[in-house]
Amino acid sequence: MIKFKEKFSILGEILKPIFSGHPIAIAGLIGFILFVFIAVFAPWIAPQNPYDLMILDIMDGLLPPLSKLGNGTTAWLGTDALGRDILSTVMYGLRISLFVAFMAVTIGTSIGVLLGLLAALKGGWVESVIMRAVDLKVSFPGILLALMMLAIFGTGVDKIIYALIIGVWASKARLTRSSALSEMKKEYIDAAEISGIPRWRIMLHFLLPNSIAPVLVMVPMSLSGCIGAEATLSFLGVGVPITEPSLGLLIANGNDYLLSGKWWISIFPGTVLVLLVLCINVVADRIREHNNPYLKSQDQQ
Amino acid sequence: MITYICKRLWQSCILAVIMSLIVFLGMYVVGDPVEMLADEDWTEQDKIELAIELGVDKPLHEQYFSFASDIVKGDFGTSFVYNRPVLDLITERLPATLEIALLAMVIGLGIGIPLGIFSGIKSNSRASKVISFFTTVGYSTPNFWQAIILIMVFAVFLQWLPASGRGLTNSMFGIEWSLLSIDGIRHMVLPAVNLAIYKICMQQRLAKSGTQEILYQEYMVYARAKGISRSRIIRRHLLRNILIPIVTITGLEVGGLIAFSTVTETIFSWPGIGKLLLDSIHMVDRPVVVAYLILITLMFVVINFVVDIMYAFLDPRIRHQK
Repeated sequence: MIKFKEKFSILGEILKPIFSGHPIAIAGLIGFILFVFIAVFAPWIAPQNPYDLMILDIMDGLLPPLSKLGNGTTAWLGTDALGRDILSTVMYGLRISLFVAFMAVTIGTSIGVLLGLLAALKGGWVESVIMRAVDLKVSFPGILLALMMLAIFGTGVDKIIYALIIGVWASKARLTRSSALSEMKKEYIDAAEISGIPRWRIMLHFLLPNSIAPVLVMVPMSLSGCIGAEATLSFLGVGVPITEPSLGLLIANGNDYLLSGKWWISIFPGTVLVLLVLCINVVADRIREHNNPYLKSQDQQ
Repeated sequence: MITYICKRLWQSCILAVIMSLIVFLGMYVVGDPVEMLADEDWTEQDKIELAIELGVDKPLHEQYFSFASDIVKGDFGTSFVYNRPVLDLITERLPATLEIALLAMVIGLGIGIPLGIFSGIKSNSRASKVISFFTTVGYSTPNFWQAIILIMVFAVFLQWLPASGRGLTNSMFGIEWSLLSIDGIRHMVLPAVNLAIYKICMQQRLAKSGTQEILYQEYMVYARAKGISRSRIIRRHLLRNILIPIVTITGLEVGGLIAFSTVTETIFSWPGIGKLLLDSIHMVDRPVVVAYLILITLMFVVINFVVDIMYAFLDPRIRHQK
């Protein structure tokens, strides 16, 4: 318990200089935590399970917000064509959107960091192969590569995660390599090598923790990028399957009803999507600003 | 300089070959075209004959060479759906895409850069904070969602602008352009603005951080100390220095705009190559998808090559690099 408290205060010490005096960034952070909370606990806090066909009633279809459903409950945000409660579909959609983005960013960043470390440590042909692959990736826009992947391999939650990973890893590998290279010039790495510590251990225990900071700064930006990209691809019908609708697919479902005045089916998931990305971007901007030496020196001037 | 160009050209060729290999192998992995084209009542013999006709009975490397040599000859095959040469389909739709991409680029640069410089110079003013807030919201809003809002506001509620199609086109040099008719321009406004919003926001942010970094460089302080007028400092010292990266990046941005136009074109039913790609993905029109991917990769290889050469012209350090 004490240990937990200690860890908590360390976290506070890290967060305080970044966020204090920046109310918008704090609001963004709180908003993001709230969205993650809703996504994680959606099955317990959502008014209904929108994918349980047994409880859906077609008579409840296309009701506007605040309507009473057949079973006596209120659909605060209305229902879609199949009679699903929009509030619940948005909560479940948030869950899928965040899951896909978290997976893609975590796996993509890990791959990128490992390849970057390998490139820095091994040099030679390993380095040139990895860095040429990075150049190759960076010269194409991510959305196009993802479309390419999905056109070739078809759609599905796993496929879209792969497609997003391809967009994430390269910049991380480049950044890790350059920061690891400057780290390797320092004496403690020489000392470790002389003491006969195996190279993989040097890589994971010495180089990794010391060269990962600039990569971590980029992570929030990647996360919001992945959420947006997944929503776009799903909206276009090449992302997640209909059985697991993310926010993007929910918007696409409601898009057909927008022109007939049934705005709530698209507008609510869309608003949540924009707010989610906005919260993350506000936090990401603040973290980047905090870590940019140019801007920091201006603050002091 | 010539050695540098040759080296880059060689690298570009390798890049093109690698990308064509990736697309080819990807298509090979996906499935047997014979199974896709064959009807249920076909015999084994029919299938083998079709395989020979399509050339898919040969070993993999031979298939790749015939695929690659067809491309070099400009033969991208025939669309399953439209039953016409794929290259015709694409070249027909390319002007529509270029048209909105270029218009979006002009709007994006024309509004984004001045906004960015202004909010960089007066970074503590209220106006700058308001601008930065709006651009943060702008680039946090996915492109397709902006498109939906634009359609809802300007086409459905206000009914000022049409929300789909290209409108009247007039031909110039044998190509149809929407830019040449009032109706066509009215149709272009929403898709072009949709593409441009993201550009405006990104340019504003780039120009702002560029301005803030340059503002405290020693030569700026020196220029101010010399008593040079404010507007002259901005024009000669600031603008030139932030324009160099922006101008060179612009080449790559055109490519990015064309990639993003898949989304915009689909929502606004704009008959460009992006919509063609998505339609073809949905209808499993493989020759069109392959041709699009190959052509867009070639385009990117060329753009990257040109940008590298431009960098080398602007920056002697790159030119003399070993």
